[in-house]
Amino acid sequence: MTAAQILTLTIDGKHVSGLAHETLLQVALENDIAIPTLCCLEGLSNQGSCRLCMVEIAGTTKPQPACVTLIQEGMVVITQSENLRTYRRTIIELLFSERNHICAVCVANEHCELQTLARDLGVDHISFPGRYPALPVDASHDRFVLDHNRCILCTRCVRVCAEIEGAHTWDIQGRGIRSLITADFNSPWGQSTTCTSCGKCVQVCPTGALFEKGRSVAEMLKKRPSLPYLVSNRTREQQ
Amino acid sequence: MPASQPDQSATDKRWKTINLVMQRHDHRPEALIETLHAAQEAFGFLDPETLAYIATQLDVPPAKVYGVTTFYNHFNCSPRGEHFLEICTGTACHVKGTDRIAAWAQEKYGLEPGQTTADNRLSMVEVRCVGACALAPVIITDGTLIGAKTIAETTDLIEEWLHDDAP
Repeated sequence: MTAAQILTLTIDGKHVSGLAHETLLQVALENDIAIPTLCCLEGLSNQGSCRLCMVEIAGTTKPQPACVTLIQEGMVVITQSENLRTYRRTIIELLFSERNHICAVCVANEHCELQTLARDLGVDHISFPGRYPALPVDASHDRFVLDHNRCILCTRCVRVCAEIEGAHTWDIQGRGIRSLITADFNSPWGQSTTCTSCGKCVQVCPTGALFEKGRSVAEMLKKRPSLPYLVSNRTREQQ
Repeated sequence: MPASQPDQSATDKRWKTINLVMQRHDHRPEALIETLHAAQEAFGFLDPETLAYIATQLDVPPAKVYGVTTFYNHFNCSPRGEHFLEICTGTACHVKGTDRIAAWAQEKYGLEPGQTTADNRLSMVEVRCVGACALAPVIITDGTLIGAKTIAETTDLIEEWLHDDAP
């Protein structure tokens, strides 16, 4: 194995270094520089879809998502600016306006990544008219419930099921504003032939869209599974 | 999940063409869209049994097959009516007011995008950009593109088109 190349760059005025295969987000986290994320979860592949980790890079006019941008020698990166904060606030507001996010009666109240981000970014109202779609709740599974009303389509459940559990029970059906998480051939979750009932999707879900049955308001404390630990253990087994 | 062909009729020519497409691609997962095209061509729509068979044969997770099928406007999971109306909702067509054609169709035929009338006469879908933006507002009636008309002219043409072979 060739020695990994070490690159140096500047993030928020701080001189930092990282390996050539690392992303901006990884290097920022290693150096205690906080960048908000939502779809990203350590141990899963990154797809860069939530756009919250957008950062400004000197020399380009377009902001880039930190989770899928590899570092380069001499990069000058800004993670916090008034522009970026506005973008991030708008993204959160759009997420809220898209479905029925009523924190006060949500199982994930106080344990919700969307709620936490909104609070951190100072989103105290939504400037877009809410869509309030009438979406179903799938409670056909013995132990878990899928509530489309709280879903933000981050696809963490899809990725953890396909990449870690290997079942690929979940996917996205439809497109655009009509997209929905779907099990198998749009069958009720309880009748899915591929689901192993492992519950990883429930634990990685950032909101109250996936939760354990019997949980009441604010009772769904997600145990973010140590996915890197799982992955490293499996790699060791295979060797 | 049925591992065999849903209706077991191996002699059915339609299944032969679908199997042929999969064989030609060595049953690789990448053959999914190609196979869905063949199945849609053969049966006119994609029912859960067909999708399950394709998923098993190509070793693609069912959820992924369903996701791909519902992502593309070209595929439909229920039989289409005798006539098929596509309304473009791309940017140029939207600006030219195709949403008013959709609203008109809803009022006149009670059709939401993706639905078929009760008498099975007409199916309507919204499609996003058919690549003829210069002709906006664009609609497609049974494969025939109609464009560069006003909204009133367009709705008249739809009525004429449906009236032509009315029983």
